[in-house]
Amino acid sequence: MFCEECEKRPANVHITKIVNGHKVEKHLCEQCAKKQQDVVGFTLFPDFSFANFFSSMLDMDHISSRNNINQVKCDKCSMTYSQFAKLGRFGCDRCYDLFGNGLEQILKRIHGNVQHTGKIPKRAGKAIRFKNELERYKMELQKAVLNEEYEKAAELRDKIKELEKRKNNEWGGQNL
Amino acid sequence: MIRKLIEEPHSIWTEGEGQYSEIVLSSRVRLARNLAQFPFPLMQTEASANAVLERLDKVFANSKELKLYRMSEIPELERQALVEKHLISPEHVQKPENKGIIVNREGSISIMVNEEDHLRIQCFASGLELETLLAQADKIDDEIEKEVNYAYDEQYGYLTCCPTNLGTGMRVSVMMHLPGLVLTNQAGVIFSQLSKLGIAVRGLFGEGTDAHGNLFQISNQITLGQDEKEIIENISSVAKKLVSQEQAARNYLLNNAGPQVEDKARRAYGILTNAKLISSQEALGLISDLRLGKALGVINELDLKTINELYLLCQPGYLQVLAKGHLDPQARDIKRAEIIKEKLAKF
Repeated sequence: MFCEECEKRPANVHITKIVNGHKVEKHLCEQCAKKQQDVVGFTLFPDFSFANFFSSMLDMDHISSRNNINQVKCDKCSMTYSQFAKLGRFGCDRCYDLFGNGLEQILKRIHGNVQHTGKIPKRAGKAIRFKNELERYKMELQKAVLNEEYEKAAELRDKIKELEKRKNNEWGGQNL
Repeated sequence: MIRKLIEEPHSIWTEGEGQYSEIVLSSRVRLARNLAQFPFPLMQTEASANAVLERLDKVFANSKELKLYRMSEIPELERQALVEKHLISPEHVQKPENKGIIVNREGSISIMVNEEDHLRIQCFASGLELETLLAQADKIDDEIEKEVNYAYDEQYGYLTCCPTNLGTGMRVSVMMHLPGLVLTNQAGVIFSQLSKLGIAVRGLFGEGTDAHGNLFQISNQITLGQDEKEIIENISSVAKKLVSQEQAARNYLLNNAGPQVEDKARRAYGILTNAKLISSQEALGLISDLRLGKALGVINELDLKTINELYLLCQPGYLQVLAKGHLDPQARDIKRAEIIKEKLAKF
């Protein structure tokens, strides 16, 4: 069998990884395996570094075609895209919105999953449920207006007002 | 309180109690959490680091059990001793002016403040004991959340600085003594199999399978897409498998190389009770031999707790805390030999 990467040298490194039931196989020669370790994400060699792995994935997979991306800066923590790509870590919760493009693919490789299924915090979780409800009403309101169902729209508007008021009372009007 | 915790010659992992204590030294559950309001420690200024510390100081102001200390109040050698007692990570001694530790008297709960994430809630127990630790960490987490807003996302779960911790933010680890697997040359194969199952294995002192003292730590790599219970069950079943494999290897050694095992343990005892100078690497190896001899019943004089404590006593930071000052490497080797001798003189 030849190496899957260079297709020249014989494949003498065989890697199987099972994460959450998904099986991935790779057959490589030694040279390519060394080069590939970041990309495949197997911890084959002790000098494996997550930051390198992460940034190499970002370069490979996404966004790099966008211009000026390196200057994009988070207004909450001041992290720039180039810092983020180099460190492979996020500077604050808002960075997840700003730099989170393509994160799913990376998470699939790290965790074999993209959706949290564990604990939901009581407060932050409450806000999420609340936010979802508010957004749903807003969507319905738009729909009602488009369909010229003004009576329904008025009802929805009142509900939204009430929710906004509750939001102000409970969370001090902060963005949820 | 923290001074006593630093100076006392034992730690949760040296107690030698709990389930499978002949093989499993200790278990740990660690939750990573961030406060939504502040930038993560990676992008922290001294002012925002301080704000986090002050916020948490308030949260725990009325707690009878837990108290916050700033790392900058703790002298350098004592910070090192906290690392060696596994109450904080090695990274947590960097930039002490931004960091804090919240601990209880027993050292079974330690919360690192402003490590990689704002909070790293850690609960420890001797032996294999994961379910109770999870319940305990969960409770502390809920208590803190009553006072602060966590950074949380519906899809990604608890938002952490590094995406390897996303989701539950939970890392579960079990510290094990595995001389049987090392001596029967099985450790390498088993460890590489474990990494394929999403379990990380690392030597506690030194790298790879020649970890000094044959102490290893296994932990989950996946934090997203499995809930807390699944992660605990997974690590727990792997730890039990390792225990039975280690037990089988030890029995094999006893049946096929009994005199050699006993000889190794007795020679270790001989050196440890007579040496004038001893390096930490040599000491760790000998303590492991002694521990195996004790577990197999070829040495009766000592108890597990004493042997576990030797692992801690020979660490450089702790040694210098005992000596009350900096020691050069040779002075450390002398001090180490003295302390070990003193500890074993009781038997």
